[in-house]
Amino acid sequence: METNTKSIQETENEIVEEFSLFDEWMDKYEYIIELGKNLPDLDEKLKTEDNKVSGCQSQVWLNTKYENGNIIYEADSDAIITKGLVGLLVRVLSNQKPRDIVDAKLGFIDKIGMKEHLSPNRANGLVAMIKHMKENAKQLIMSRE
Amino acid sequence: MSTFDAEKIRMDFPILQLKINGKPLVYFDNAATTQKPQAVIDSLIKYYSEINSNVHRGVHFLSEKATNAYEAARKTVQKFINASKPEEIVFVRGTTEGINLVSNTYGLKNLKEGDEIIVSTLEHHSNIVPWQMLCERTGAKLKIIPINKKGEIIFDEFKILVTDKTKFVSVAYISNSLGTINPVKKIIDYAHSNNIPVMLDGAQAVQHTKIDVRDLDCDFFAFSGHKIYGPTGIGVLYGKEKFLEAMPPYQGGGDMIKNVSFEKTTYNDLPYKFEAGTPNIAGSIGLAAALNYVSDLGIDNVAKYEHELLDYGTKKMLEIEDMRIIGTADEKASVISFLVGKTHPYDVGTLLDQLGIAVRTGVHCTEPLMNFFKIPGTVRASLAFYNTKDEIDLLVKAVQRAQTMLL
Repeated sequence: METNTKSIQETENEIVEEFSLFDEWMDKYEYIIELGKNLPDLDEKLKTEDNKVSGCQSQVWLNTKYENGNIIYEADSDAIITKGLVGLLVRVLSNQKPRDIVDAKLGFIDKIGMKEHLSPNRANGLVAMIKHMKENAKQLIMSRE
Repeated sequence: MSTFDAEKIRMDFPILQLKINGKPLVYFDNAATTQKPQAVIDSLIKYYSEINSNVHRGVHFLSEKATNAYEAARKTVQKFINASKPEEIVFVRGTTEGINLVSNTYGLKNLKEGDEIIVSTLEHHSNIVPWQMLCERTGAKLKIIPINKKGEIIFDEFKILVTDKTKFVSVAYISNSLGTINPVKKIIDYAHSNNIPVMLDGAQAVQHTKIDVRDLDCDFFAFSGHKIYGPTGIGVLYGKEKFLEAMPPYQGGGDMIKNVSFEKTTYNDLPYKFEAGTPNIAGSIGLAAALNYVSDLGIDNVAKYEHELLDYGTKKMLEIEDMRIIGTADEKASVISFLVGKTHPYDVGTLLDQLGIAVRTGVHCTEPLMNFFKIPGTVRASLAFYNTKDEIDLLVKAVQRAQTMLL
């Protein structure tokens, strides 16, 4: 596992910059679809009920590991756009300290024009995914206090 | 092509003039809810501007006006579905409440351990869960009519399920996910020959086909106002008078009583016995306006035009590579549920939304049905009389574009 030397904010800025190159919705979605396709599949054994994020129309799994004080997230989904979106979250939040994950504001979602995906109505469950990731981080902090 | 002028009709629906994501709205989510004609919107404005008051027993001018409008709405519904009497029309919130009312009153009173209730594989959750809850409370069992690969009820299997344990049958007239029109007349006749009452979930039927509850001879029929171009929060439960009379009340409160004392309360006559509390007066008036609008178009003309749209849409969609239409019943209402290759319905729906096309994706509140087909859900385009062949062409192009992006 490569160590993430960037802070959450630095990765967010990086993504915002990448997305600023797109002026059409299609380019954005093509990029997200590409991300989804490139995100490695999660081991079938890790697609457990515990790892399943509820509140998504498609199935989403998030696996959490703890290494050297950082949380490592791995994710998968049966829908490719959802997989791309969760891939963005993994890129930002994985390999970071639990406290930083809990505190992350994740303003990049709005900045890249994906805010509509944060509405509770959106079936992709971006809100549910973020909650799931932060909840894992919180639990980890509590278990260590 | 019939003389039905959808382009002209579209002008009656203000929301259809909207642009979504910079593109003209193509609204193909009519099985979830329909859009409202100006006549319905105006009726609500008029009610709140000129009539608003609480119904029944008010001595003042406005209360009488509101009561008259509310009761006139009931008569409009009665006429629309050809019920014998206005007393057989109970205003409820929607189909779901109608079904829950029957399961909680007729069901609780008449079913006991060992009895059986029959529904079909095609049902919406709201025609499954209320009966499951009734089974939990009474010890009755739920029996499921199987379907074939086209998404049609297997009538012979239904006949096998009917035994002397069967005490109630509740089936959808038209499937919300697939559009299948069920052989409800045959089901009712067979059930009645065994003295079993039948309820029809009419949520997807009233807006597509002529409903005559006396001709169908169903014992209960429920539908929702918002699926037939009326407001949300208003619906109808029709019940044959002899059943409604014998049923205990559902909810307690004002309006549903004759006299209240701490010793003994007596209940009101039909249909008020089932309408506790201030009803949705505005909703009932909006619903009547919607039914009048549909009656003016002529439900038979609507059915004919929608059928043409369905045939055209099905043909065009099948020209798309790897297109799989789920639900290919011989008798179908204007619903095209589909999957493209290995793409996930959610992905297709998201991209169609970007192109201004509103469809629904997912299991459509019919998980058992999706499990039958072993699919994670479908993309569902449900068509109404204000949709056009041009819009179908746009859908086909958009699906092809989504397909290219997702490959």
